Amino acid sequence: MSETGVPTRLFAVLLLLWLLLNATLSLESLVVGVVVAGIVAFFLSASLSYLSGYRFTPASLAATLGFLGYFLVELVKSNLAMATIVLQPRLPIDPAIVRIRTGLKNPTARLLLANAITLTPGTLSVELKGEWFYIHWVVATTNDIEETTRTIAAGFERYLEVMYG
Amino acid sequence: MQELLGILGSFVLFLGTLFLLLGGLGLFRMPDTFTRIQAGTKATTLGTLLTLVGAALIMPAWAIKLFLILVFVMFTNPLSSQYLARAAHRAGIKFRAHTDHLAEDGEDLA
Repeated sequence: MSETGVPTRLFAVLLLLWLLLNATLSLESLVVGVVVAGIVAFFLSASLSYLSGYRFTPASLAATLGFLGYFLVELVKSNLAMATIVLQPRLPIDPAIVRIRTGLKNPTARLLLANAITLTPGTLSVELKGEWFYIHWVVATTNDIEETTRTIAAGFERYLEVMYG
Repeated sequence: MQELLGILGSFVLFLGTLFLLLGGLGLFRMPDTFTRIQAGTKATTLGTLLTLVGAALIMPAWAIKLFLILVFVMFTNPLSSQYLARAAHRAGIKFRAHTDHLAEDGEDLA
């Protein structure tokens, strides 16, 4: 996908953040926001933004909502699972570092996947190397690549593939 | 209405602190670096999330700013955890694991 719209998108995101932070639409804050966001977007447009490579299509927006919903559910499940482990006197853990394979190429999509994995059930991204992600798993039930990929990453990848292509 | 929101907010806030407490307990009980990072990252994410939602219910005027804090925490917390974990693995600390694919494949220390 072409990256021509990146400065504009970065500008829009920065301005939005600034306006949210100020919670006002007064002329002064608007002018300051536009000037500063413009300067930052002009000089830093080559840097990574969560929107570079993002597709603005209805399917992609639906996938974003799906991703957020799935993520929140997994986050709660993850915390409850961790809570039950920590509260048990026997501390039933069986840790391992396993590799999983991802088909995602877009750097932003990979970052989101790694972050999502870290925040969900008993898994922590340790290292990313090409198509391989190395994941520390508190209760590792298997070390088969296909199965770990399916358990840990597939749920998120499904949405990210639509969002970032 | 205001009072009802206040009570609901206090309850959510309490739940949040409960998860933060469990995170602390996890840090204390887990046997090695990686499992401790895990306990710390996860419980504190939901704990912070609930604490901020609770605060937003009590003070609705702050909701937008609290939401921004939440977004930043959600993006930075897992990144810092991942970097700590990677640094720990590269430093070669001892840890409990029945499999270590990363050590098998070798690390690119680029």
